[in-house]
Amino acid sequence: MLYVSQLSKRFGKNEIFSDFNLTIPENKFIVLIGPSGCGKTTLFDVLTGVTPMEKGNILWKGLRVKNLEKRCAYMQQKDLLLPWLTLLENAVLPAEISGADLEKSKIKAESLFKRMGLAGYENFRPHEISGGMRQRCALIRTLMFPHDFILLDEPLSSLDAITRRRLQSLLLLLQTEFSKTLLMITHDIEEALLLADEIYLLSVQPMGIREKFILDSPKPRKFNDPLLLEIEEHVMDVLQGDISGDTGGETGGDKGYRWR
Amino acid sequence: MRANIFALILMFLVLGIWQMACGFFAIPDFILPAPYEIIMTAIIKAPVIFPNALVTGVEIISGIALALVFAIPFAMIMFAKPSIEKAVSPFLVASQAIPVFAIAPLLIVWLGYGIASKVLMAGIIIFFPILVSLLEGFKTCDHELRILFRLMGAGFWKSMRLLYWPWALPNFFAGLKVGVTVATIGAVIGEWVGAQQGLGYLMIQANARLNTNLVFASILWLTAMGLILWSFVGILEKKIINWKVKKEFLP
Repeated sequence: MLYVSQLSKRFGKNEIFSDFNLTIPENKFIVLIGPSGCGKTTLFDVLTGVTPMEKGNILWKGLRVKNLEKRCAYMQQKDLLLPWLTLLENAVLPAEISGADLEKSKIKAESLFKRMGLAGYENFRPHEISGGMRQRCALIRTLMFPHDFILLDEPLSSLDAITRRRLQSLLLLLQTEFSKTLLMITHDIEEALLLADEIYLLSVQPMGIREKFILDSPKPRKFNDPLLLEIEEHVMDVLQGDISGDTGGETGGDKGYRWR
Repeated sequence: MRANIFALILMFLVLGIWQMACGFFAIPDFILPAPYEIIMTAIIKAPVIFPNALVTGVEIISGIALALVFAIPFAMIMFAKPSIEKAVSPFLVASQAIPVFAIAPLLIVWLGYGIASKVLMAGIIIFFPILVSLLEGFKTCDHELRILFRLMGAGFWKSMRLLYWPWALPNFFAGLKVGVTVATIGAVIGEWVGAQQGLGYLMIQANARLNTNLVFASILWLTAMGLILWSFVGILEKKIINWKVKKEFLP
């Protein structure tokens, strides 16, 4: 679906990433994990066209494109709901902007409100509901984008553990029920192991792929799986090495962790 | 509520001291009339003051309308085209350094003694606060919301309607509140320089006859008009901005 090759970006003398390659197959849940400040969000900014790339290629469904503007949905840590609109109006915003049939979009959004446990809250304003509910509304808005590729930039990091667990299962729905392809940034290794089909462990700047894990065990997963625990321990070791400046550990690129 | 009570107490205290000082020092009315005399003059002379206040009111409201008609599109153009903003900003800032008194006689020469020169005067004085506050409002819009709109493929007008305008409304109303209070200055200065009616005209006439009571009564009416306009904008603001902005959105 998406093939990124030799992507480079620098801010002044600071090389954020150089010759970065990434392949996103269709209907997969891909997760990027890396130390803070390694350049993950800059990668999203380049992909979405917020900031221009230095060089590189972005192949989108076989076509060479400049960026993914108007080709992908984007969900962030902040719910970014407009406080002057009701939840329903926020949800149908992508449809309103794209000029789609607003009535049909409202009907679709209302069914999603039911699905996400927000039925009855359609006419509430964002400040009248909890953080978890706002994030669910943001999720509905993401689903209302007329795109099948979704970028998720730490979408659950500001939520409490229980709400986060609930929303993780809703994120899985995006892939299984709505056939979306997802590329997510997270700092939560457990979250990555529960949701991802592929995990890319990134290195510090210039950002590169340190290791790739392919997880083909069925979802929903349980975290007490010893294999998942083993990967978590390994990733933690690598990231802690980054923080302490010890880049030790194995950096052999695609080590090929593959699970059932 | 407590602040309002405090303000009322303070006002009555100042007026009380003023009233007592006028009596105690036997200050003549033509130098400084007592507050009671001023209020009584404002009431008794209402038939004379009201038609003039009406003229000044029309000038102020027309001035506000004129300023809005030019400031709003201008702010949107400057926001859409930063190069225009860069080119025009120095002239706008320089224009604020020119005292309104200095251009009032010119406007009278160009537009005559009628209402037009006063409307333009009021308009000029309000234009800048509205323009600057609205433009600032557009510019402080949350960066991530802008990205979201860009990814949704929103064009300029849709972004304006759904994002930038609602975002900038608090700034816009702040500028408008400043504007409506200073609009009285523009209109009255215009009337001082040359007019045949209006509160400024009445003040000049009363001053020439040492009728200080009437000068103060006109000022009282002018203050009341300014306060009414300010309150009206405040009510309008509360009516339109009926949402709360989360802390994370605030710059």
